[in-house]
Amino acid sequence: MADKRLDQATGIETVGHEWDGIEELNTPLPRWWLYTFYATIVFAIGYVVVYPAVPLAHSGTPGLWKWSSRGALAAETAGAEQARAKTLAAIAALPIEELPGKPELMQAAIAGGKAAFRVNCVQCHGSGAAGSKGYPNLNDDDWLWGGDLKAIETTITHGIRYPGDDTTRQSLMPSFGHDGILPPGQVEDVASYVRSLSGRVAPGSAAALRGAGIFAANCAVCHGPDGKGGRQVGAPNLADAIWLYGGNQADVVASVTNAHAGVMPAWGQRLDAVTIKMLATYVHSLGGGEKFAPGQGAAPAADATAPAAAQ
Amino acid sequence: MVTLTGRAGIWLVVLFLAILAIAAAADTGFAVHMTIVALAAAIGLFVTLSKTDYAAIARGALKGPDHSRYDDDPIRWGVIATVFWGMAGFAAGLFIALQLAYPVLNLGTEYTTFGRLRPLHTSAVIFAFGGNALIATSFYVVQRTCRARLAFPGLARFVFWGYQLFIVLAATGYLLGITQGKEYAEPEWYVDLWLTIVWVAYLAVFVGTLVKRTEPHIYVANWFYLSFILTVAMLHLVNNVNLPISLVGAHSVAVWAGVQGALIQWWYGHNAVGFFLTAGFLAMMYYFVPKQAERPVYSYRLSIIHFWALIFLYIWAGPHHLHYTALPDWAQTLGMVFSVMLWMPSWGGMINGLMTLNGAWDKIRTDPIIRMFVMSLAFYGMSTFEGPMMSVKSVNALSHYTDWTIGHVHSGALGWNGMVTFATLYYLVPRLWQRERLYSLRMVNWHFWLATTGIVFYAASMWVAGITQGLMWREYGADGYLVNSFAETVAALHPMYLLRAFGGLLYLTGAVVMTVNVWKTIAGSPLRIEAPMTDTPYDAAQDRPLVPAAVPAE
Repeated sequence: MADKRLDQATGIETVGHEWDGIEELNTPLPRWWLYTFYATIVFAIGYVVVYPAVPLAHSGTPGLWKWSSRGALAAETAGAEQARAKTLAAIAALPIEELPGKPELMQAAIAGGKAAFRVNCVQCHGSGAAGSKGYPNLNDDDWLWGGDLKAIETTITHGIRYPGDDTTRQSLMPSFGHDGILPPGQVEDVASYVRSLSGRVAPGSAAALRGAGIFAANCAVCHGPDGKGGRQVGAPNLADAIWLYGGNQADVVASVTNAHAGVMPAWGQRLDAVTIKMLATYVHSLGGGEKFAPGQGAAPAADATAPAAAQ
Repeated sequence: MVTLTGRAGIWLVVLFLAILAIAAAADTGFAVHMTIVALAAAIGLFVTLSKTDYAAIARGALKGPDHSRYDDDPIRWGVIATVFWGMAGFAAGLFIALQLAYPVLNLGTEYTTFGRLRPLHTSAVIFAFGGNALIATSFYVVQRTCRARLAFPGLARFVFWGYQLFIVLAATGYLLGITQGKEYAEPEWYVDLWLTIVWVAYLAVFVGTLVKRTEPHIYVANWFYLSFILTVAMLHLVNNVNLPISLVGAHSVAVWAGVQGALIQWWYGHNAVGFFLTAGFLAMMYYFVPKQAERPVYSYRLSIIHFWALIFLYIWAGPHHLHYTALPDWAQTLGMVFSVMLWMPSWGGMINGLMTLNGAWDKIRTDPIIRMFVMSLAFYGMSTFEGPMMSVKSVNALSHYTDWTIGHVHSGALGWNGMVTFATLYYLVPRLWQRERLYSLRMVNWHFWLATTGIVFYAASMWVAGITQGLMWREYGADGYLVNSFAETVAALHPMYLLRAFGGLLYLTGAVVMTVNVWKTIAGSPLRIEAPMTDTPYDAAQDRPLVPAAVPAE
């Protein structure tokens, strides 16, 4: 069957076989192709010599350069840790109250806190820390448990209503509707009154007037007579425009009927003290951070038993 | 009569067993799947009984097949199945691309989440579209290059319909949440067993035809087809070693665990690319490009060297999917260097395909089908350079887990596998249905440009997306801390996701144009009146097997 012929178009001889009309030319291997192929083989051999490659009984050959991915990671991590070690030690040594006095350290702490926030906090508070329903916005100046550096650090360290921490921020608003403390009509009225504090309901309306008395009897103990909240028990300010669980009538009625009790982990169990300190400075720097005021500090654990609004 | 009762009996037994399995099923998914099997058996039973020529049986004179022609029925079905599953797979791809841009399209039910539709898309395009194209063209090519009819005609029909059942079981399983959780090997144990049976039958038909060939030598396309069939069988068997939790339940536990399981999975996954999407489609290229170009293959020597180099090197390259993981460093090294060495053997196929046009380069201008073949080879060359490059560890450190990988896969899948299949379909349809030519060559040209533009949008947007992603993930600020949160890197990709979906829309539109064209050609519509681009002659006298007795001893 070998029927070699010269192909007119290319001037190359065919191999002489034919399948369903298909012939094959006897073109030699393109040189550039062959030598590039050889070059990749040479590269492969060289790479195998210098890097770990050949499997032996218990492990692979280490290679001339003794490189390993674990070793490379450890070296890189150690380098990064060393570069930060001095700054971190300085931040660790300084009580958080004194950090604002050292602008350079404060800047470093905010940068570190920002990185830690992106890994640990964005899942709930959002990458811009703007929060969402049930997760507080950290950019505003509305603080449930206090907005100075120390208060924020305490909140992060011990969490909020976190079961595994004895000194966690603790409070529990009663479920006024669900537990029958208030009948549905009164829940509606007190919700109207609460909404009148921020002008969402006309203050003089009948429902708001009826609700005022109910509020004074049931709510003022935690949220304050003027509804501006109480940080000792994390009771939200009800007279502003910020609503953690929504501010229309149905939302407020729902919150009074079945109280919310949001939980934040006690990060002290998972992050080291310096990282938490840096996180506090970052959150504080977002825009709403408060200066220290005399007498302000961590919420005493003694208040933990007080019934409080969680809105 | 014996064959009739025998076949009807087999269908009845299958139907009965399937109904028993429905009754005993341990979970809903398995019951649904056995219902599909029962339906398939009922259809088989109905067709067996209704299509039988009882009068001929009574006369004792069954009309045998025409041995002067090739056995093209399963190939015709395969062509239709390829177009059908292609449309389904492309549409699913566009939908999940839109889901990534607009998560609301997950529609709030578990059946329509990205997690379930994504394997539906990948399996539909790789195994349903690509697999049907490979089976149909392999039956076409092996008959013509061996000048012999298919070895086991009944088995060939079983392969076609059995493969369709595999596809339906796999696809419905994904939607129901039945999965092994292994990428490209998602179907569960009983579907795997079924595919094994079908695949062994496929191997028997193919090898049987090679054995009864009347040509002295085996053409290069058949080497590639055979390596594809054999290697896929081996990969499938090893990667799917699972223990069923219940013999009448849909779920199973993998025998391979931990990093060994990961290595075997990517040995499988990478060689599915290597032997399904590369070797198999190179086989198509080796027959249809020289036929369409009417030119001899560029280099016989290159075809031998690159074939053996390709199949020897490909099988070791899988570990590059596991760079910087728990896989030992030595295995990562080997995965990388074998991938780098794979560059030239891969390009051998591109050279042999493109240079076959020596002496016929003008056809790129005049023949839109040749234009498609050339574009497919260009994308093949590009993605087989990109692959070895991405396997280099320092490149992989940037590209791994990013959309760059998705872009790479699609420049190969849309550019190489898709284009070479479309061109092959355009070659096959007029010949299989004895039409003068395609309904419209201008529409082929439209398809070419829609698909090419679509791929450019797809690949370019995913390169930008992948590199953006990789750079954002590893970006450190001056203080030594990571700059971006993960959600920010996701938000940054949104414009690229829109461009990608637009590229997919163009590609799907091109496929719709093809479907219309193929439909009209098969239906025998009057040829579209249009300015001719070119016309490849067809010699009907040559398109038949040689009668063995006519071959003189060598």
